Amino acid sequence: MLVDFFLQLKQAKVPVTVREYLSLLEALDKQVVWGSVEDFYYLARLCLVKDETHFDKFDRVFAQYFEGVTELGEELETRIPEEWLRKLSELVLSAEEKAEIEALGGFEKLMETLKQRLAEQKERHQGGSKWIGTGGRSPFGAYGYNPEGVRIGQEESRHRRAVKVWDKREFKNLDGAVELGTRNIKIALRRLRHFAREGAPEVLDMPGTIRATANNAGYLDLQLVPKLHNKIKVLLFFDVGGSMDEHIKICEELFSAARVEFKYLEYFYFHNFVYESVWRDNQRYRAERIDLWDVIHTYGPDYKLIFVGDAAMSPYEISMVGGSVEHMNDEAGHVWGQRLLEAYKDAIWLNPTPQGWWHFTQSVGMVRQIMGGRMFPLTLEGLEEGIRLLSKTSV
Amino acid sequence: MKFNGTDSYVATADLNLAVNAAITLGRPLLIKGEPGTGKTMLAEEVAKSLDMPLFQWHVKSTTKANQGLYEYDAVSRLRDSQLGDERVHDIGNYILKGKLWEAFESEQRAVLLIDEIDKADIEFPNDLLQELDRMEFYVYETRQLIKARHRPVIIITSNNEKELPDAFLRRCFFHYIRFPEADTMAQIVDVHYPGIKQSLLKGALETFFGMRDVPGLKKKPSTSELLDWLKLLVAEEIPAEALHSKQPGKSIPPLHGALLKNEQDLGLFERLVGMTRRGR
Repeated sequence: MLVDFFLQLKQAKVPVTVREYLSLLEALDKQVVWGSVEDFYYLARLCLVKDETHFDKFDRVFAQYFEGVTELGEELETRIPEEWLRKLSELVLSAEEKAEIEALGGFEKLMETLKQRLAEQKERHQGGSKWIGTGGRSPFGAYGYNPEGVRIGQEESRHRRAVKVWDKREFKNLDGAVELGTRNIKIALRRLRHFAREGAPEVLDMPGTIRATANNAGYLDLQLVPKLHNKIKVLLFFDVGGSMDEHIKICEELFSAARVEFKYLEYFYFHNFVYESVWRDNQRYRAERIDLWDVIHTYGPDYKLIFVGDAAMSPYEISMVGGSVEHMNDEAGHVWGQRLLEAYKDAIWLNPTPQGWWHFTQSVGMVRQIMGGRMFPLTLEGLEEGIRLLSKTSV
Repeated sequence: MKFNGTDSYVATADLNLAVNAAITLGRPLLIKGEPGTGKTMLAEEVAKSLDMPLFQWHVKSTTKANQGLYEYDAVSRLRDSQLGDERVHDIGNYILKGKLWEAFESEQRAVLLIDEIDKADIEFPNDLLQELDRMEFYVYETRQLIKARHRPVIIITSNNEKELPDAFLRRCFFHYIRFPEADTMAQIVDVHYPGIKQSLLKGALETFFGMRDVPGLKKKPSTSELLDWLKLLVAEEIPAEALHSKQPGKSIPPLHGALLKNEQDLGLFERLVGMTRRGR
């Protein structure tokens, strides 16, 4: 039962295990839900998905599996056999939804509206608006043909629920899609440690207690010290977009490893080179920018600075005012680079392109010069070397 | 035994289902969501509506897993031994029960809230695996096995500050409380301020959701802030027109300090409003 669904989830890289699958079956067995697809959807998600970043993948698999709709291309725009639709709607619609369709004038009438709707949609499509088959949503583009799809157009205001919850895909934004297998990177990062005793005293200080007890003429005098903590703080600056696209995987791995390894980790994104502002959300990077001065003022000089970028760009983007490819920068990139390096003495630049290629690009040389030679390839050896340098200079 | 929200707490259908599944199967329920969406409140309301005792374990960055089970106060025993106290012969006198123990011991089925589990050390959830799974643990000092009389309803909240280990997640049900939609929000407000005038409420909600859409805010106003703000609006007897007459986003709403809690956000918001006013 539902084994295929489970395997499809696994294939879609939702981290599910047999244990979770069994607990879903147990819940079904105890009849936590009964007879409603929507409730079943919630229950399945509750049991199988343990992180909101995977909700989107789950929704996709769920939609695909339970609607029986496979990847439909745009060429299937018209002429869908009526029986097929009817069958589908019987499969999908609950009893009350069916009753509602009756209230709307029965299936025949609905089919007619559907045809109109299809025609309308075709026009829209010609007009350039991609209502069907928008990128990445192709499995769902098919919903234009589904009776429910019709209802969306018809009854927009009255029926908030016209779209099935899993088709809303509201969690799309959260998908981190971080690959596993970051163990090596974690171990490399683990070298960056600086233990210090900070916070409340909670560990017994043996030598101190013995000394104090002796001083106290044998009566016990307990001494406590704070526990050791890794107090390394890290600022990560990621280059995104453009030529960095091919390095996404390794950057994600580094990011996810760093998130686990460091308690004090702040990350920012930039494009090609740092200018007066950076951002933290790539989808809204035009709207939500963070002033670089704010970054420098917020995070003290004890932070370690790590840039991740291929440093491949036009030399003007570093050296000239107004050289940025994206906007008019009032001050040249190298000025901002220098400011960061002055604020944070311990800094390295990790470059995902192979070291042998570096001398082909002029800008790599310029960045290396700005960094004072502290550029390392983003390989395990390079990372280890860079981290060793950072930990040597620790305060 | 079924949870369906309470008079003072509006729970969506999926949240009800999550709670009921956790009750039926006796699994811990992990709740995540934006701050201020009522994660901690949930446990209190479940306890209230099902008439169960509630045990709250608030986790801090220094909390250790065994503190929830029990603590052996070796220091007091050592001190008592030096003072020649009689109690010293029974080690049981120095075992302090934790919240988990109390919940296990409860005469009737209890609700146990483990609040903000992500605040603790990264190993904290791993140390509780066996206890949450089998609902039992062993006290080494007194050689006792403590077993839950009734599997408590365990509700765990997290603010996503740290990633939780997979082994722990596998043993939990997971629910993400989404930010309520406008309808649900109106219901929530109605529950808290039944007398609030419809027009004032409508205006306030429009302003509120408008404000959440302002790009670049560091801390978006959440449900609890909305409720505080409404309280202020009612207390100050702001007329509904003050919210309604102007379009949201074009004027600064009254008492907006209750919604934005950060001087940078306030500054940004005022700048944006100023810009739209000048028609830019």
